[in-house]
Amino acid sequence: MTVLAVGITALLFSACKQNGSVKDATSAVKGDAAEEVYVAPGEYDEFYAFLSGGYSGNITAYGLPSGRLLKEIPVFSKYPENGYGYSEETKPFFNTSYGEVPWDDAHHIELSQTDGKFDGRWLFVNANNTPRIAKIDLQTFKTTEIIEIPDVAGLHCAPFITENSEYLVSGTRFSVPMPQKDVPIDSYKENFQGRVNYVSVDQETGEMSLSFQIQMPGFNYDLARNGKGVSHGWTFLTTYNSEEAHTMLEKNASQRDKDLMAVINWKKAEEHLEQGKGKEQKTSYYHNVMDESTGIVESEVKKSTTLLNPGDCEGMVYFVPVPKSPHGCDVSPSGEYLIGNGKLSADMTVFSFSKLKQAIENEQFAGDHNGIPIIDYEASLHGVLKEAGLGPLHTEFDGKGNAYTTFFISSEVVKWDLEETTVVDRKETYYSPGHLTIPGGETKEPYGKYLLAMNKITKDRYLPTGPELAHSAQLYNIEGEKMELILDFPTKGEPHYAQAIPADMIQPGVKKYHKLEENEHPYVAKGEGKAKVVRDGNEVHVYMTAIRSHFAPDNIEGIKMGDEVYFHVTNLEQSWDVPHGFTVQGAHEGGLLVMPGETLTLKWEPVKPGVFPFYCTDFCSALHQEMSGYVRVSPKGSDVELQWSLDEES
Amino acid sequence: MNISLNMNYMKIQKLTIALCILIFAASCGGLGSENETGTQKTTKKNKAEKEKPEADPKGIGEVENVNLTDPLNENMIESGKAIYEMKCASCHKLGQDRVVGPGFADITNRRRPEWIMNMITNTDVMLEEDPVARKMLEECLTRMPNQGLTIGDARDVLEYMRKNDMKQVGKKDQAVKDEQSS
Repeated sequence: MTVLAVGITALLFSACKQNGSVKDATSAVKGDAAEEVYVAPGEYDEFYAFLSGGYSGNITAYGLPSGRLLKEIPVFSKYPENGYGYSEETKPFFNTSYGEVPWDDAHHIELSQTDGKFDGRWLFVNANNTPRIAKIDLQTFKTTEIIEIPDVAGLHCAPFITENSEYLVSGTRFSVPMPQKDVPIDSYKENFQGRVNYVSVDQETGEMSLSFQIQMPGFNYDLARNGKGVSHGWTFLTTYNSEEAHTMLEKNASQRDKDLMAVINWKKAEEHLEQGKGKEQKTSYYHNVMDESTGIVESEVKKSTTLLNPGDCEGMVYFVPVPKSPHGCDVSPSGEYLIGNGKLSADMTVFSFSKLKQAIENEQFAGDHNGIPIIDYEASLHGVLKEAGLGPLHTEFDGKGNAYTTFFISSEVVKWDLEETTVVDRKETYYSPGHLTIPGGETKEPYGKYLLAMNKITKDRYLPTGPELAHSAQLYNIEGEKMELILDFPTKGEPHYAQAIPADMIQPGVKKYHKLEENEHPYVAKGEGKAKVVRDGNEVHVYMTAIRSHFAPDNIEGIKMGDEVYFHVTNLEQSWDVPHGFTVQGAHEGGLLVMPGETLTLKWEPVKPGVFPFYCTDFCSALHQEMSGYVRVSPKGSDVELQWSLDEES
Repeated sequence: MNISLNMNYMKIQKLTIALCILIFAASCGGLGSENETGTQKTTKKNKAEKEKPEADPKGIGEVENVNLTDPLNENMIESGKAIYEMKCASCHKLGQDRVVGPGFADITNRRRPEWIMNMITNTDVMLEEDPVARKMLEECLTRMPNQGLTIGDARDVLEYMRKNDMKQVGKKDQAVKDEQSS
């Protein structure tokens, strides 16, 4: 099989060469690359990779090294494929202080950590546009919680996790009036502020809660990382627009030679909080949590937040200069080195945490910004990686002393020695990579082995699909001294970041079905004998069961025009991979995909009298086509009585 | 190491763990083991056994020996009835009529209690390998699902079936009695 695959690949390459469309990439791939990514039928990938979907609002799970798409996990966007956001249970996920928001721009993935290493419990991701953070359960691969972050704008800089998942740290990308008010835009310097937010994570349930926010100058907080090991307890955030421009940022926010990286001591912030330095501020934001025993999402509106002001909290916030508009700072596995990726510079700045700390202790400051000390650049510098490429963006690590950085403008990945700050190897990517990920690459103990570069430009990589193309991703083997390109595959949406984790940290715990006994949904029918139809005014509740291959009841009469019909479908199956689908003609809320042991609800408002079929939409068995029923709708005021049956038995 | 650990847990007769062993053993192949677990014995059937021409009237699975007791245990019947209504009644009625699967009436007179409990708890293997179960799948066309019952749950359902047989056909456990008399 392997030989065959290699043969086919070789054949494809030679065919490509013959028709004259060969790209540099084909010659960049060694002949045995196919063997390295080939996962035979029935075998499993070594890693799960979770890729954010950018403007899809969702996350995708891929297997590595094969690049096979395993699942799209809906998070911030409604997803008709499985009824996410359409079922009555999941609609509240989209509640925000701006009303119902059915979409977002999902950027950064964070797997939960214990002692600076992935632990396989949860996955977190941010919503950029209407600021929120979501939690995904890695037993069910379902979104189980979404929390809104108040008084910020453009939550790009999120949800960066601390080494024991104490906090998810975020910062406002756009500074705005806080709280919002009606002011002239050119009063920016007077009225606009930034915020850095600390969301705590309950270590038992994973439940998120906004612990405190720090008031910051009106810069654009772009990306962050938290310290680990020696630097645990600190957060580092790159900013741009220290010019505090409000128009033509392309030019006006790129004036200065250096911008400022924020350095926050969050352990110190906790102390100030304990001393009562936090100020309660009125605000309003939503917290939407799924109850695991019912699958129902409840929304709660929170009314206040605790704000810390650096002016009142000594030793909590510092700045350090970084060359030209940095986009992200990444922390080495030991926690000692902080890499400032100056996206308009050809150089990479490497800070030493111990020097930084020493400079703070020695008060080696080069002035301040609104009272926040600016640490002396030279005093905290470890070294500069000179002219490694154009447009450095993001860096991860292999745990063997090397860093790997994407260069957007020169379309390449560069491997370099952290200690020596010298280039070791470089490989082209196709084209213009944004983020990259190495399994465990942001943790204390990277697994190494592969590097996945996620590119912003696809152009000629695949068969063309009109003006819109899938984004490309490239996988490299990084086990040797030289990186080797081994796979190229299309992705969904625009992956901004990804994290990869060994499959054996997740696979054994994956839930196969929900236990019926543990289903506490208020409209569950635990057994066909419990199926019934109940009228409550103009609301009609159908307690329906589904099992291969029939619904109970499957004949329903006595529905009247003006009724709101709620089909509560309980899947009675108790084995893996036997979902049942449900929809009814004209349903405005799409359909449901009900997992074994689960109850989901579809709301249906009939628009005309008649008899309408409902059916199972997931091919469940040899008699799937037979899995259907009828609902009769009578005119308003009709004397048809409410009745239901299966096989002519009520 | 895992196996011996799991074997200790077997004493509390958790089906999930028992199934894990079965699957683990099946995936590793040829890990036959015999452990006394109260009234039941665990044996992994190997391929040679599976392919033997005659059907084992006890079916294939964890359940090797069931001690039927009289009078009927009312607590077990109550639990068995609740499980039946939640997980079985969609397809199996209490009378003779076949709906999706066969009606339950007379079942303890036609099938050994071990076969019944193996069919409930080891459904997929039974449908693949037990000749009687395979033949019924050909007739019914819908695969019986594994409904996640523990061995204890299945025993309760069996007790409920015995009571149902008395009500429906006036006798029970005839399959065991026939074998003992032959």
